[in-house]
Amino acid sequence: MNSLLKKSWWKILAVALMVYTITAGLLFEVPRLAILNETIRVLYFHVPMWFGMIILLTVSVVYSIKYLGKPSQKFDSYALEFANAGVVFGVLGLLSGALWANYTWGSPWSSDPKQNAAAIAMLIYFAYLILRNSLEDEQQRAKISAIYNIFAYATLIPLLFILPRMTDSLHPGNGGNPGFNAYDLDSKLRLVFYPAVIGWTLMGVWLTSQRIRLRAINQKLDERSEEQYVPTGQHADEPRPANNEQSAYSRSVK
Amino acid sequence: MLWKEVKLLFRKEVILEWRQRNALNGIILYVVSAVFVCYLSFNLQRGSLKVVTWNALFWIIMLFVAINAIAKSFMQERFGRQIYYYTISSPQGIILSKILYNVLLMLLLAFTCLIVYAVVLGNPIQDWGLFVLNLLLASAGFSTTLTMVSGIASRTNNSSTLMAILGFPVIIPMLLMVIRVSKNAIDGLDISVSYDDLLVLGAINIIVGTVSYILFPYLWRS
Repeated sequence: MNSLLKKSWWKILAVALMVYTITAGLLFEVPRLAILNETIRVLYFHVPMWFGMIILLTVSVVYSIKYLGKPSQKFDSYALEFANAGVVFGVLGLLSGALWANYTWGSPWSSDPKQNAAAIAMLIYFAYLILRNSLEDEQQRAKISAIYNIFAYATLIPLLFILPRMTDSLHPGNGGNPGFNAYDLDSKLRLVFYPAVIGWTLMGVWLTSQRIRLRAINQKLDERSEEQYVPTGQHADEPRPANNEQSAYSRSVK
Repeated sequence: MLWKEVKLLFRKEVILEWRQRNALNGIILYVVSAVFVCYLSFNLQRGSLKVVTWNALFWIIMLFVAINAIAKSFMQERFGRQIYYYTISSPQGIILSKILYNVLLMLLLAFTCLIVYAVVLGNPIQDWGLFVLNLLLASAGFSTTLTMVSGIASRTNNSSTLMAILGFPVIIPMLLMVIRVSKNAIDGLDISVSYDDLLVLGAINIIVGTVSYILFPYLWRS
């Protein structure tokens, strides 16, 4: 994973796919359908959010499991940042879905089972983030939030994959609504949809990797500043001899 | 071996609870007054509540009762005593005995709640067998989920708030299934309509139970 994050080919791929998704998604021919009309293009921007969210959250859980197997700070920050990115995707998915539903279903929130499930999933992960903030000790925070992450994910599976299939939904493909396949007679939608899913997911991973690196840098800074202040043992009002070191240090960071 | 341990720990929980009955009486009174507050706020003639409202209100009361009753399963014990238990028994034994005990407690509370609720707010239930079966599954599910959540929340500073915010979203899938089956039972639909829902409910219970069993040892060591 670490070596992969440092390589740049997948970032170039992500940018290329995003450029393709946006241009092709907005300009290519789409099936002409009543009610949906041009809004069918939301398929390239809304649906990949859910794929991305589920993939990112799954990766987060994998790192939580790894953390419990072998506690290390790295796994903890991976789990946290993948969950964060998953939440961003989930919120974007909810917003884009609500916008679309406003024009096709008549109101932004129609108590659709999938919509509700997505909102509950967001609640679970907000609770995860709050749980993290209310634990002081770093190791305990990492461990307990890893446990909750796994526990919550296990209850999320029936929510996301079983419940929506048991009730009628307004979403295309459910409750008598024609699905993806019915619209897409000539597979034109797929030609943009699958690249869009990969592109958005890679964007999510990229975002996550930036956040992970930022965290690592902040952690190093904290450690350095502790090294500076703790051993001197002087009063706070005395001029700090560490000043020179500080400037030397900030230069080295630059 | 594990079974024997669970049985012993379970007996310990029951005896402890029985010796200081004020906690138990307190939660029973909580149930009764919650039902009564609901009754008074609707200010109803008996039996004039719509079935949908009756059903939803019943399960919301049950949810809050469950969170309050089970929250104390880990928070109540003093730190020293917890360490003592952990030195003499296995984590699996502890979590299983706690879950079993909470299931028993939830059943007691659920039936108390049902009786008071039906007396005060009227009783539209047509299929009692299905309703009670559903109540059993719901009590088991609520207790299993919330026991683990209580264990997690008890490690934090503001455990009572966290108990609610960690517990609610996790329990919603279960609650949705329970409310659906319960609606079928009240309407007296044939049991075959509810097979799928009951199956999913049972499956969720098993998933949550297994995950708690696997994860608790890690929680215990922290």
